[in-house]
Amino acid sequence: MAHTLTKSHRGRLEITHADADRVSLVVGGAWSTAEGRPAGFDAAVDRVTSGGAFRRLEIVAESLDDWDTSLVSAIRNLADAAAERGAEVTLTDFPDGVTRLIALVDAVPEKSDARRGEGDITILERIGQATIFAGDAVQSTISFMGEVVIALGRIVTGRGIFRWGDLAHLMQRAGIEALGIAVLVSYLLGLILAFIGAIQFERYGASIYVADLVGIGMVRDMAALMTAIVMAGRSGAAYAAEIGSMRSTQELDALVTSGISPVEFLVVPRILAIAAMMPLLVIFADVAGILGGATVGLGMLDLSPTLYFEQTVRAVTPAHLYGGLIKGFAYGILVGVAGCLRGIQSGSSSLAVGAAATSAVVTGLVWIIAACGLFQVLQYVLGI
Amino acid sequence: MNRQPDPGAAPEGGMRTAQGDGGGDRERPPAIQVRDLTMAFGDFVLMRDLNFEIRQGEVFVIMGGSGCGKSTLMLHLLGLLEPRAGTIWYGDTNFTALEEEEREGILRRTGVLFQSGALWSHMTLAQNVSLALEEMTELTPEEISDVARLKLALVGLRGFEDYYPSEISGGMRKRAGLARAMALDPDVLFFDEPSAGLDPLSARRLDELILELSYSLGTTIVLVTHELESIFTVASNSIFLDTETRTQAAVGDPKFLRAHSNSDLVRTFLGRGVDPRATEAP
Repeated sequence: MAHTLTKSHRGRLEITHADADRVSLVVGGAWSTAEGRPAGFDAAVDRVTSGGAFRRLEIVAESLDDWDTSLVSAIRNLADAAAERGAEVTLTDFPDGVTRLIALVDAVPEKSDARRGEGDITILERIGQATIFAGDAVQSTISFMGEVVIALGRIVTGRGIFRWGDLAHLMQRAGIEALGIAVLVSYLLGLILAFIGAIQFERYGASIYVADLVGIGMVRDMAALMTAIVMAGRSGAAYAAEIGSMRSTQELDALVTSGISPVEFLVVPRILAIAAMMPLLVIFADVAGILGGATVGLGMLDLSPTLYFEQTVRAVTPAHLYGGLIKGFAYGILVGVAGCLRGIQSGSSSLAVGAAATSAVVTGLVWIIAACGLFQVLQYVLGI
Repeated sequence: MNRQPDPGAAPEGGMRTAQGDGGGDRERPPAIQVRDLTMAFGDFVLMRDLNFEIRQGEVFVIMGGSGCGKSTLMLHLLGLLEPRAGTIWYGDTNFTALEEEEREGILRRTGVLFQSGALWSHMTLAQNVSLALEEMTELTPEEISDVARLKLALVGLRGFEDYYPSEISGGMRKRAGLARAMALDPDVLFFDEPSAGLDPLSARRLDELILELSYSLGTTIVLVTHELESIFTVASNSIFLDTETRTQAAVGDPKFLRAHSNSDLVRTFLGRGVDPRATEAP
């Protein structure tokens, strides 16, 4: 729990004299940053900034008990305001530390080009900037994909850097360590599909077709789709965060200066690992989904196990199975590319690394859904 | 229960009484006292039986070779690591015995400049300085803005209020870290390797700033460093941690220790590899 330092205003600032020749202020008491400025400060500022003209501002320390930088800040504000009006400023009887700190503040003049411009950006400028940004984003994505293809070509032809140990480790992370969650999600999805189908099919006395719905649905599309969504949230985000963190700690620069391409060393193994493991995960997800459907078919619809699984085998064709595996492979590539792309594009701050991880998930999901739509059109055209 | 340690109790080995005459101002009350402190990680004892005092307003250096536990000692003083044994006192309060919530009150009166600056990267420099003021005080936004500007101006960063840490150099980040550490005008300022990574001019300027803060505001400064030039420029008192014996080798003014320490290691370290006694004419 945060404690709050309360104001008690033990400091003192009074106007003791004010005419066209001089304004005199007396400063005393105890000044503390935590306690804020004394009540007299605003009145003094008003007098100095907008009162009648004067030639000299005199600030005198009197019974100054204790002080910190809040006193320095107050005096500087008053002195700056007086100087703006052309008045001369004198400080009297202040501790040596106060005058030294004021001198320290003035020791380094403000860098003339440091301060940021505060111009408003019009809506048209915003639209223009967003358009340019979108164009750049598309260009950098295409460029990145080109780099990945070139790096892959170099690795395949034996000219690139490739470490099988790294690939095996990444495959373990993207495969075995993700198996549990992929199977669980697919089992539940099979269960849900079966529930949806059961309500409709039971009306027509065609409960057995729940097996067709779940079998074809899971094997053809849903197992690959759900596994890809899980992997986008799991591996895609992890890739972006890992590579983004390496950007912030200059590890990527260290690779480049060592003559090692980060795309070859970091990106290609990750994409290969997830692309290789996705079809295997999809097979497990297929089985889990069918078991989820069977749980409803056997438990609620009183179908026999033999009947249910025979119906599933009849409904699901090799084309469905291969289609699902190919989709899983493709989704794996998309998730890997999205994660690594956002990691490579990440800024160097911790906020940027977080944004890269978020962006990797969003990009991966959008690409997966778009690819799923394309696959549907393709399968419709091919009559699969 | 808080109990004031016996101010007359000599540290183990009598090192301080034997060598510490040149260090610190004996008339000032202690800001921090360390009694029989042992620092350890698991079974590995990093340092044991550390005994020293940091007096109010002095610039105290924690020094020693690489890996001897200088930064770890600072983390213990800040309560970020718990001692295996011993106590740390802030004034007459046993800091070690306090609960985390109770330590907040003491830690609010301290500021820390971490080795990398440790600025919050998603905030501008002004926001970095303002955060503690916003959360710990009832100052108005205008007052907070004024204080933040002044603190940044004190460290030579006037005009950089709206910059993010990623947009400025390493030396500037370090100075901005100092401005943040000074936000609440702390009684004690800790610096972890302030000169590391800085060019000689920036390092010198930081040393001058440390001295100025100590002189002008009376702030107690605790400095972790092995930069000899910084040590001899700013320090009025110091402790030397010895990796071999895993305890303190000496306490006192580093300039005094360079010539008169009983420890060969300390004299050689402070003499930049040359023991002043060994080179004296017979």
